[in-house]
Amino acid sequence: MATTKATPKPKINLLGFEQGEYKGAPSTLCPGCGHDSISSRIVSVCFELGVQPYQVAKFSGIGCSSKTPAYFLGRSHGFNSVHGRMPSVATGAIVTNRNLVGLAVSGDGDTGSIGMGQFKHLVRRNVPMVYIVENNGVYGLTKGQFSATADIGQKLKYAGLNELPPIDLCAEAIIGGATFVARSFAGDPRQVEALLKAALSHRGLAILDIISPCVTFNNHEDSTKSYAYGKEHEERLHDMTFIRAQEEITVDYEEGEAIPVKMHDGSTIVLKKLETDYDPTNRVAALSRLDAARENQEFITGLIYVKQDNNRTIHDLLHMDEQPLSHLSAEQLRPTKEALDSVLADLY
Amino acid sequence: MAVVDYQTEQQPAEIAREDVNINDFAIIVATPNGSGSQTANNTILRACFNMGIPVTGKNLFPSNIKGLPTWYSIRLSKDGYQARRHKRDVLVAMNPASFGDDLQSLEPGGICLYPDDSRQELSRSDVTYFPMPVKELVKNSGVDASLRDYIANMVYVGVLAHLLGIEVAEIESALNKHFKGKQKAIASNMNVVNAAVAWAAANITTQSPFRVERMDKTKGMIMLDGNAAGALGSVFGGVSFVAWYPITPSTSLVDALNDYLPELRINKETNKPTYAVVQAEDELAAIGMIIGAGWAGARSMTATSGPGLSLMAEFTGLAYFTEVPCVVWDVMRMGPSTGMPTRTGQTDLISAYFLSHGDTQHVCLLPSSIKECFEFGWRSFDLAERLQTIVFVLSDLDLGMNQWISEPFEYPTEPMDRGKVLDADALTAVGDWGRYRDVDGDGIPYRTLPGTNHPKAAYFTRGSGHNQDAKYTERSDEWVANLDRLARKFETARTIVPTPITVNEENATIGILSYGSNDPAIIEALDRLREANINAAYQRVRALPFTKEVGEFVAKYERIYVVDNNYNGQMAQLLRMEYPELAGRIIAVASCDGLPLTARWVTESVQKGEA
Ligand SMILES: Cc1ncc(C[n+]2csc(CCOP(=O)(O)OP(=O)(O)O)c2C)c(N)n1
Ligand code: SF4
Ligand SMILES: [Mg+2]
Repeated sequence: MATTKATPKPKINLLGFEQGEYKGAPSTLCPGCGHDSISSRIVSVCFELGVQPYQVAKFSGIGCSSKTPAYFLGRSHGFNSVHGRMPSVATGAIVTNRNLVGLAVSGDGDTGSIGMGQFKHLVRRNVPMVYIVENNGVYGLTKGQFSATADIGQKLKYAGLNELPPIDLCAEAIIGGATFVARSFAGDPRQVEALLKAALSHRGLAILDIISPCVTFNNHEDSTKSYAYGKEHEERLHDMTFIRAQEEITVDYEEGEAIPVKMHDGSTIVLKKLETDYDPTNRVAALSRLDAARENQEFITGLIYVKQDNNRTIHDLLHMDEQPLSHLSAEQLRPTKEALDSVLADLY
Repeated sequence: MAVVDYQTEQQPAEIAREDVNINDFAIIVATPNGSGSQTANNTILRACFNMGIPVTGKNLFPSNIKGLPTWYSIRLSKDGYQARRHKRDVLVAMNPASFGDDLQSLEPGGICLYPDDSRQELSRSDVTYFPMPVKELVKNSGVDASLRDYIANMVYVGVLAHLLGIEVAEIESALNKHFKGKQKAIASNMNVVNAAVAWAAANITTQSPFRVERMDKTKGMIMLDGNAAGALGSVFGGVSFVAWYPITPSTSLVDALNDYLPELRINKETNKPTYAVVQAEDELAAIGMIIGAGWAGARSMTATSGPGLSLMAEFTGLAYFTEVPCVVWDVMRMGPSTGMPTRTGQTDLISAYFLSHGDTQHVCLLPSSIKECFEFGWRSFDLAERLQTIVFVLSDLDLGMNQWISEPFEYPTEPMDRGKVLDADALTAVGDWGRYRDVDGDGIPYRTLPGTNHPKAAYFTRGSGHNQDAKYTERSDEWVANLDRLARKFETARTIVPTPITVNEENATIGILSYGSNDPAIIEALDRLREANINAAYQRVRALPFTKEVGEFVAKYERIYVVDNNYNGQMAQLLRMEYPELAGRIIAVASCDGLPLTARWVTESVQKGEA
């Protein structure tokens, strides 16, 4: 006997899209992989914020993490490029069409090793987009070598003992001049979503370094990038609430207990203090906090650094026209015959 | 040791007119690098050009900023030959360090100008010497001490003007052009030129056996270097995105883009550029950026040379398999890595053609003149977007950095071809599409640009296995189908790339095949060979893959001399590979000494083969 279950009316967002329209192809990652949970966060945040999927351009390098753009926002163009050098591809595309909403996913190997140079230059150029590093301390796709973010003393079945110091991608980003730097944990969906929303509202490059456990190669008991470790050790710098431009601020907090950060598009992130006196708008303080965390092996998460004023993006730096280069007509692209004649006149 | 004793105020001894070489000789100026001789040399070149004499200038310079020897050779050719000449007739020996070798390189009967304080041994008695009081003239000119070294070069301009008969008015007009009308600079240079001319007129008593005389052979012609021509062509091809990393000899191509673009591509209403030029952190990034830009709908390009090309290898494969249009100018030089960075060579033909991993082959355009640099500048974008692929333009240092005369460039003869792009309306009209489907049977699929407002516009671009709908696949049959389609697309490319130019076919018994900047040497060699009763047909290949005309030409002659400016005879190798049944008739004539080929070498090589 067939039973009909009353299906609840599908929720639609500002643009009239259902959440399903933000999904991608089925994931082929290992069940339980942290990267999949980040993909889900992207889907729900883009749905909730009413991000226009046709305007999104997804970018990635190579790795398990870099495969994920195929698994979210199936209505958006995506470019799975080469290992470590997605930043350059994204730069070319975003400079060409400044209307695109850039959403990039990389891995700790992709960004921290082969792609370190491009990462730093992406930061330096302040290419406006969201850049997520799905950080598992290991090379997943090549089956378990250490990445440059692995902590000293970590052990892997394949690779043995790691004795090299880790690279802190958040610190690298801040030193490079990044204007939005956050760290989070795939096992903390609320925080990941709040940070993603803030990142999408940021004018400029937003870096999210999200610890994203690799359940196959680096989720064992003594791993510092495991779910268990993260759940036990995560220290949030603050409790975050994202409030859209149109919304009223209804979170209640007492004076001095929270910092409201006004984003460029009018939205606000309210950072309710958990750790006394952490000010994410202070660059030097951010760097010292990261350094202290490294020293004491603390897993701090939250919005580590943000700067909202005078952020010159690459479009500003290139003094570009509002009209995207991709929209130029043939007449705008090719100067006239008279223009050629006048150039030639100087060469006779 | 020959001692030349000049008496003042004496009429120069007459040389019979038939003994005077008019407009058919080569000047070589030897200077230490960084001594600012470029202005002086350009001035001589321009002045001769203004006098209607076919002339070419080649800079032979070291990879060094200051000090090492540098040479500038100027060839005047009443017959219009533009190739490097093996002979040197007039030497301006400003560099004590290379004086001995420079003097030895002169033809018997040549003349040698040198600063009178350079205590060098004048070891040849078959050369006429002209010491010049450089220090004194510069000192008397009253220019600022800091500019003296620089302006000293104007002394030889003045002395040469007197000796050879270069019109001073044309020197002034050349300087005017060089300094873009800046009066102060023109005046201080002309001061020295005039003083040198006056000194020479008063003091030089020997007549030069080499003279220039006005002709009308450069009327309506322009003079430019290939890099600037390529840049200008790219601008008229609608380039909108440039990413690059500096490397000789390609840097001046981007410099020229940076000169032309602000002039030609500003939005008049907003006064803002409608282009972007990004200096990348390296060539890996430069090509990544142009691929991202091409994917997003820009006409994107980069310019590089061999070492950069090598770094671009991986991304090139990505562009090939993801089918993203973009253009790479490779201004070739000698390898490896730093190699001989300032010496010319056609060294990357094979590596560019097959660049990257995984069965790749690319469209390569082979310009041989500044006119073709301009044409391929715009045409490369049409081909890249039509074929949805990466296109290489292979120029070289000789073509790119030296001055050439040419007919004026022709405004693009065809409207811009943006290729098969589906916009939102087209998507609604077609209903169903797949990124890599071969709808038209030419192997070329349809694409959409990111940001297209349509629910069906999106597709996922990946280098890894994809089927015709751009979905992930590891199925052999789907990937083979993709490779088959790419092969079909390459066959389509073969029918639309520039076809070769073939000349001199009448009565020809042998063929010469070449490409790129070898052209002037071969054109001249054809005349020399004809004088030696060898009639050679000549085909200049202008693109890879080979069009059918190439196969026909190779099949037509029993011996085909394939002229390459590289060591391995790369073009000959490609031909043998493409036409294995005709491989036996292909004779490689290859040289790689860092210098542009000469007609004499081509002639002798062919003669040797025919003997
Ligand atoms: C040029 C190049 N070198 C090496 C590889 C092999 N490779 C693929 S993924 C990968 C590491 C990926 O690690 P990470 O970025 O941390 O991604 P994860 O799989 O851990 O998510 C490597 C080395 C490659 N694809 N390209
Ligand atoms: S190997 Fe690790 S990173 Fe890759 S999919 Fe599996 S769990 Fe995720
Ligand atoms: Mg990893």
